[in-house]
Amino acid sequence: MNTEHINIGLARYSDWAFTASIIVMVLALLMLAVELASRRGRRVEQRELVGAAIAATSGSAAGTVQTVLPGTDGPGVVLDTTATPLAERIGKAGLALVYLGIALLFACIVLRGLATARVPWGNMYEFINLTNFCGLVAGAVVLRKPQYRALWVFVLVPVLILLTISGKWLYTNAAPVMPALQSYWLPIHVSVVSLGSGVFLIAGVASMLFLLKTSRYGQPGGAGTLARITAKLPDAQTLDRIAYRTTIFGFPVFGFGVIFGAIWAEEAWGRYWGWDPKETVAFIAWVVYAAYLHARSTAGWRDKKAAWINVVGFVAMVFNLFFINLVTVGLHSYAGVN
Amino acid sequence: MSTQTVTASAEPKRLLAGKARRPWRALTSMGTALVLLFLLALGAVPGALLPQRSLNESKVAQYQADHPVLSPWLDRLQLFDVFSSFWFTAIYVLLFISLVGCLTPRTVEHVRSLRATPVPAPRNLSRLPRYAEGTVAGTPEEVAARVDDGLRGWRRTTRHTDEITEISAEKGYLREFGNIVFHFSLLALLASIAVGKLFGYEGNVIVVADGGPGFCSASPAAYDSFRAGNKVDGTSLYPMCVRVNDFQARYLPSGQATSFAADIDYQAGADLTAGTWRPYRLEVNHPLRVGGDRLYLQGHGYAPTFTVVFPNGQKRTQTVQFRPDNARTLLSSGTVRVDPPAGLYPAEERRKHQLAITGLFAPTQQMDGKLLSSSSPAMTDPAVAIDIYRGDAGLDTGRPQSLFSIDTRLIDQKRLTKLKRVNLGLGQEVRLDDGTVVRFDAAKEFVNLQVSHDPGQVWVLVSAMSMMAGLLVSLVVRRRRVWARIEPLQEPLGAGTVNVEFGGLARTDNSGWGEELDTLSQKILNSERTA
Repeated sequence: MNTEHINIGLARYSDWAFTASIIVMVLALLMLAVELASRRGRRVEQRELVGAAIAATSGSAAGTVQTVLPGTDGPGVVLDTTATPLAERIGKAGLALVYLGIALLFACIVLRGLATARVPWGNMYEFINLTNFCGLVAGAVVLRKPQYRALWVFVLVPVLILLTISGKWLYTNAAPVMPALQSYWLPIHVSVVSLGSGVFLIAGVASMLFLLKTSRYGQPGGAGTLARITAKLPDAQTLDRIAYRTTIFGFPVFGFGVIFGAIWAEEAWGRYWGWDPKETVAFIAWVVYAAYLHARSTAGWRDKKAAWINVVGFVAMVFNLFFINLVTVGLHSYAGVN
Repeated sequence: MSTQTVTASAEPKRLLAGKARRPWRALTSMGTALVLLFLLALGAVPGALLPQRSLNESKVAQYQADHPVLSPWLDRLQLFDVFSSFWFTAIYVLLFISLVGCLTPRTVEHVRSLRATPVPAPRNLSRLPRYAEGTVAGTPEEVAARVDDGLRGWRRTTRHTDEITEISAEKGYLREFGNIVFHFSLLALLASIAVGKLFGYEGNVIVVADGGPGFCSASPAAYDSFRAGNKVDGTSLYPMCVRVNDFQARYLPSGQATSFAADIDYQAGADLTAGTWRPYRLEVNHPLRVGGDRLYLQGHGYAPTFTVVFPNGQKRTQTVQFRPDNARTLLSSGTVRVDPPAGLYPAEERRKHQLAITGLFAPTQQMDGKLLSSSSPAMTDPAVAIDIYRGDAGLDTGRPQSLFSIDTRLIDQKRLTKLKRVNLGLGQEVRLDDGTVVRFDAAKEFVNLQVSHDPGQVWVLVSAMSMMAGLLVSLVVRRRRVWARIEPLQEPLGAGTVNVEFGGLARTDNSGWGEELDTLSQKILNSERTA
């Protein structure tokens, strides 16, 4: 429609990349879920932990990993000679598809940018794509160890939900942005906020899984599917560490995002802070994450309470993304949807 | 004797201090701070969900009209003014008191720790999270010197007990420093915001973009709306005059705007006496900054021009801004009030013969039957759909009234009667019963300008930046301790060799510190093997 400044061909390729990315990641999710749900998974995990233990002991002086060694399989077993179980192979293929999906999403974003000759985060569809891309990349960095593969299922679920909403209901044709967005702060503010939000997504998932792991389903010998799946997650301490590390990365990044937004608001709207709904919820989210960091260093708040706070922070971020942009009317109503 | 009296007089004081100490301790504890943080977050939620007076007064009125039962209660709880409410203020004031109460002892403690020597090694180093051990050739002194060398940059001390040499080292004091900087910057941030709120002001004014007289910012009366801090009495506003020569907007075929710009002339400071006008192209995202004040292009709209030719041939031409009701199509509504020329009617009749032209303006007309709407925000085919009233248009009632609509009470009281409902295109006219002709001549663009003054905002930025710097330091730097215990081995096993034990401990959240100690211990233990 707005053919004037838009390279339609590239915009179409971008849309194809988006669709392909979703399809690939749905497949990846299914494959990873097969591995997670398979009954033989427990052995897989043990063998991986053995591998990890060997790597860990040879690499450093850490002495705690020995405890995970199972009774029967010693570390001397030559792993390569036994055939890799089917479920594990499916899981590995699923992980490969995750990386392919990330690459396709990246292509989608880049092609949008080329098609519109501007940074590809000027409306909600593009913003959600970028945020998910940041979350996926953060996941690829944080969850790069093979024993974390099971966690990808829980990262992909929210990512795919967000991408589906974005593609189905918030899709906007490639177009130039409105004057208020024509500023060098657009690339800075939005990308930084996107990065922070994406990293918080990983933190939120890790905290939710931590809560699951420390719930009654995470007790050893628990029965039922949920308990079996929970048993295959990394231990609670690891989940907690992932949540903490991602949060202490996301917290300052998001803080900078908000400050850059304030500097831009001073230029565009005449004041650096005006309690616009989006600003207000960003403030709320930031305060909640600040509370998480404080809880982490307060006796009695450290574990479950802190994890709950992190989940609340994530809920605030999602709320800010959807409710504020779609339901309330504020200065940030750039969704491009009517 | 004298000492007794001293203690007696000190006793009630201490009691009082003891009584005050408990709530003080409670307030400054981390648990309380956490609860207050939560309350702060929770308290801000209604500010995002309910319309706020500070943002949009008319939306609050709309909400109150829609919820007649609930809204008086919400209003009583100040839920339409969350961020200036007493309870929100109470939360953050308590939070900041708690912060000060927590920070002051921490700062004292931090300064003290900067001068303190690192603590002696614990008895059993192998129980620490990080541990390494080995045997190295050399005298204890040599090995101690090597360890000491490896710990360059650490705060360290060497202790000797009998034959054993112990080195204690600590690093990462910057973490606490950054943390304290972060929190004090928060206080500075709040103070700067307060300064801005007390001494700052914001004024909005609508100026028709036709190179006309514009406006001068000498007094609050020059503005259509003026919001100022408590310390602003309106007498010493920064003087500035602005006239708007033209306004250009560009749109996509879809109606989405791609650029807004207004060419203005301004004079400020010495220009005012010299009479110099300086040109500036005012755009969204490019405010005019002059003398510490900022001038923004905040909005635009259309001001239709109507000419009324009275039966005696006298003309009255008025250009009045209409309010854009639809941001996408700029379909606007407004009212033009016209006073009949003097002498046409007897003085007492004049007030009964005012005209009120009220209705819609569409920059690009699109007719759905007789219903006017707009298909584009750009002015390509303007039209108006108006009701024309005669009677008391409200010009002389002395009551504050909306610029954009007529007071319906005047119609109810039959002081204003409708004569015509008509759609007019550019240049079209309509004749009223007494021969008066109303013509829609044209429409001009108007701009909504805002002048902002905030003496605190530079300091807000500075505080925010030092806050983030402190935060980064406090998150990146890890406070950690390392101990080394060097013990000469007994004769039969090996003369001239020593046993070295290393222990390490991250004092803060123990998330993955350790490589440092491994590097150090390997350097000491391996260098010997190669030597």
